[in-house]
Amino acid sequence: MNLILFTFIVLLGFTSYYFGRKKAYTIQSTKKRLTALPQFYGYYLAIWCAIPAFIIFSLWAIFEPTIVKLLVLNDYSNQGYLDDELNLIYEKTKALSRGQFTGEITPFIEASAEKYLSLRSIAQSSKVVIVLSAIIASVAYAYKRISSNSRTREPVEKFLNAVLFTASLAAILTTVGIVFSLIFQTIDFFKVIPLFDFVFGTHWYPAKAFVRDSSEALDPTMYSDTFGAVPIFAGTFFIAFIAMCVAIPIGLMSGIYLAEYASYKVRQYAKPLIEILAGIPTVVYGFFAALTVGPFLKELGTSMGLEVSAESALAAGGVMGIMIIPFISSLSDDVITSVPQSLRDGSYAMGATKSETIKRVIFPAALPGIVGSILLGVSRAIGETMIVVMASGLAANLTLNPLESTSTITAQIVVILIGDQAFGDPKTQAAFALGMSLFLVTLCLNIVALRVVKKYREKYE
Amino acid sequence: MIKIKAKDVDVFYGKKQALFNISLDIEENQVTALIGPSGCGKSTFLRCLNRMNDVIDICSVKGEILINDFNINDKGCDVVRLREKIGMVFQKPNPFPKTLYENVSYGPTIHGIAQSKQEMDEIVETSLKKAALWEEVKDRLHEPGTGLSGGQQQRLCIARAISVRPEVILMDEPCSALDPIATAQIEELIDELKKEHTIIIVTHSMAQAARVSQNTGFFHLGQLIEHGSTDKIFKNPDNKKTQDYITGRFG
Repeated sequence: MNLILFTFIVLLGFTSYYFGRKKAYTIQSTKKRLTALPQFYGYYLAIWCAIPAFIIFSLWAIFEPTIVKLLVLNDYSNQGYLDDELNLIYEKTKALSRGQFTGEITPFIEASAEKYLSLRSIAQSSKVVIVLSAIIASVAYAYKRISSNSRTREPVEKFLNAVLFTASLAAILTTVGIVFSLIFQTIDFFKVIPLFDFVFGTHWYPAKAFVRDSSEALDPTMYSDTFGAVPIFAGTFFIAFIAMCVAIPIGLMSGIYLAEYASYKVRQYAKPLIEILAGIPTVVYGFFAALTVGPFLKELGTSMGLEVSAESALAAGGVMGIMIIPFISSLSDDVITSVPQSLRDGSYAMGATKSETIKRVIFPAALPGIVGSILLGVSRAIGETMIVVMASGLAANLTLNPLESTSTITAQIVVILIGDQAFGDPKTQAAFALGMSLFLVTLCLNIVALRVVKKYREKYE
Repeated sequence: MIKIKAKDVDVFYGKKQALFNISLDIEENQVTALIGPSGCGKSTFLRCLNRMNDVIDICSVKGEILINDFNINDKGCDVVRLREKIGMVFQKPNPFPKTLYENVSYGPTIHGIAQSKQEMDEIVETSLKKAALWEEVKDRLHEPGTGLSGGQQQRLCIARAISVRPEVILMDEPCSALDPIATAQIEELIDELKKEHTIIIVTHSMAQAARVSQNTGFFHLGQLIEHGSTDKIFKNPDNKKTQDYITGRFG
């Protein structure tokens, strides 16, 4: 029903566009000069069609459920029901009206279900009537108003501005919303677990929190030595470090090759090929690390008499590094290519060779951009989840031995939130606290990276 | 004395021929101006002289260019040494994003000219003095070269070019991005520099060619139409096209 109505309104919008334009043409044919192109008259009318429709639809979406609920539950007032019981009755009513109610049907509920249905259909048909009449009224009003010297271009431009603004606002508000949900849960978490224990504690053992029966009262002392985040922060940075040890040299060198040495043809094929690496799902990297690289390293280590865990930090970090190569190579390639040719010419004309030019002129000039690309790579490495979950073990060891297994923030969040969890439980909230700290770390990295890149851009514009 | 002798030079960009049969002698310690309308090949010819056209993949050069009787288009020619001897200043000032000092010491460093820090300091100072920039920048040698004004940047580039004591300096429209005052400074400088260097300058300004040069070559559509002393070219050219260009009837 709503879909038909919506289609109809869209059709109305097109029709009003058509009428607006037609009126503009008619005015034009009387040799009067218009203030805007004819299609602006059309857009103007279409907007007069869209705005009332949008307003009425949103009003309905906001108020209809509340009003219907009030009216249905009106029958039960003065009968001494509690709010919870009323809610239950209303849910039963709705379920029954959809034919999905399986329990015992009482006449009361049956009556309210009927009432609910009739109210809904009244609401629905009144919505249709109101929307259509509002649209027709507003379009007719606007149609009468437009003349040769009415301003249509400005409102249309303003409307577009507003639409685009709303779109970006939606993105921003979502971010803000996510951050706030993180903040509140994190605060709750730190009410039970002292911040000090979290930041400086060296034992991370959230499984211990499973032991608690949820009916027991919360006793903070039982969580001592449970949520010490040092091992997983260390693990996160350690694995990211290994990843960057792989990604920075290879990525940078291939970036330099692509930008400076590769012929046009090679570059044309090599660059997309390298970028394919970035398109491989991280899950695939994950099982590549867990099933191929991990066991290979273990065998290699055993043959050399080293003890290597099958889920070593080296395997996870190394594969993660391969995943990050395309980011660094592609970004640094772009940065190096955008160093002005005049600098290269200047250096060659002094008799510098290619490698001298790169080392002494191009690399320093491109350095801020390269640093930016590396920082973006680091923040990806820190936020990467799948590879670590699959390849690097879940026990949070505090170690700097790349052959042992460690765990990261992201992997621990996965561990905590897999399976059943209770809201308001410190174990669940720990995930939020971890997410919050991860967010802060990557946020800082991104800000620094963007700053550096921006500084670089200003220099050459 | 003849410093550079170009014989039958052809230049191709891919299949398109840009220069046809150019033969031109360049006198030592004089200023030679190359003039002609845009796209006539004068910059291309200039870039042949220090083999900067090597940088462009599709560009190929044929013919002989003898500098001190040595053909630089020979396979045995070391481009690094060649460019040490033949400096270049570009149309747009292109200082490196480094300090003033590092800009000037760049050439001596890559050619291993200075033996000590002290020697390098001297080279930087004399180069900047010769480029008439020393007084303006001596207190801020360690600030970035990109912070100078356009005219100062161009003089910095000249200081950079002369830091390795080249025998020849090529200038590709060195004043086209500068205001009249900075242009006058550079022209004065060119006059000074010709005592120690042979200078070849590409310019769009006929007045500039007349002011700074002793010899002039006129290019048109990839051909060298006429060359000779600046006096003769400007006052009494042999060729009708030269006459037309000089008097502003085309170009």
